[in-house]
Amino acid sequence: MGLTARPDHQLVTVSPQSQEGWVATRLDFLVNWGRANSLWPMPFGTACCAIEFMATAASKYDLARFGMERMSFSPRQADVLICAGRVPFKLAPVIRRIWQQMLQPKWCISMGACASSGGMFDNYAVVQGIDTIIPVDVYVPGCPPRPEGLIYGIMMLQEKVKRERMSDERLRDEMEPDPTSKLYIPPHAIDELSEPFGNSVHQTRSGL
Amino acid sequence: MNPSVDRIRSRFPSAFLRAEVIWGETTVYVKPEAVHDIVRYLHDDESEQYDYLSDVTAVEYRDLELPLQVVWHLRSLPYRRFLRLKGEIQKGEPLRVPSVYSIYAGADWLERECYDMFGIEFVGHPDLRRILMWEQYAEGFPLRKDFPLRGRFSRSEQLRQALAAQPESRYSMTELTVADAFEDLPLDMRQRLAGGEKTGE
Repeated sequence: MGLTARPDHQLVTVSPQSQEGWVATRLDFLVNWGRANSLWPMPFGTACCAIEFMATAASKYDLARFGMERMSFSPRQADVLICAGRVPFKLAPVIRRIWQQMLQPKWCISMGACASSGGMFDNYAVVQGIDTIIPVDVYVPGCPPRPEGLIYGIMMLQEKVKRERMSDERLRDEMEPDPTSKLYIPPHAIDELSEPFGNSVHQTRSGL
Repeated sequence: MNPSVDRIRSRFPSAFLRAEVIWGETTVYVKPEAVHDIVRYLHDDESEQYDYLSDVTAVEYRDLELPLQVVWHLRSLPYRRFLRLKGEIQKGEPLRVPSVYSIYAGADWLERECYDMFGIEFVGHPDLRRILMWEQYAEGFPLRKDFPLRGRFSRSEQLRQALAAQPESRYSMTELTVADAFEDLPLDMRQRLAGGEKTGE
């Protein structure tokens, strides 16, 4: 996916004038502290990873310690989309719609091998990684990940949230593929690159 | 062996092909065009009473000569019998078998799934359309042996087509509180829904 370059954006400008003031950094700290400790998840559980996710939310691992005990089954009141499990192509428009319905600021955790890469389901029905549909902040490996793994991913996301700065102009940019960008790779080139990838090179054979 | 086998043989001598018992389960091979009559007899007759259709599926072998088999699993709750009917369709023949929807209403989704995965046409089914894959799915029938595991289209094309689908268009009007997806539906679906169809997925 090519990224849209913003012509008016200068990459590195560190000068005393552009340094943020004490108020801005303290406000950042306060806002990020609040956000990081009240991430309401939108559980998108489609497979066995959802069982581990439920175990994480249950009393033994106790997701409430992170301020995440409030599962938001309405995407409009959620902060983190946790995609737990494989996403078939039939669900692809659904998860994209849910992501679009979530309000900024929003983050996404891709939980497990299937959500991150398609996993062992390298077949006609399963999306090969949800990052082909929506942006992902944290990938949690595992098949399925243990609750400790998910909690580690959540803590990584909390660290990411705590490093956000309101002065960052591109913080909430949502970028669409831009064919005029030099970074853009057309779909057929991606297909050529990704063709032999997978568990077996014989998988694409057809016929008897 | 299941006592129904002899009665099928005597009542439908031209349709009966052979019977076998594997692991205590009886399988009767019949001509597929007679399946509706045989199932009607098995369901209605007092001495059979196969009142439960547990599955309709199909088997295709990775072989150039072995025929494709359509399988009906029947269960008689009063007599506690299980019977497996198989109809064989030779390679190259049209995949067409009679529907048993008029006998078992529960065959509705089973036959739709079998059509979706194998492309078998169940003649007499009132609403034969895809059930697992979405209606606009154009790559073929995934469980057929000539279907490549990753599908026929490239990954990016598959993703493009999947994302172009309207999630709302999979539901019937009664399931939608907001009916504004109506205009996005394919023409045949609009005609069906306008005719008052109530069954959705």
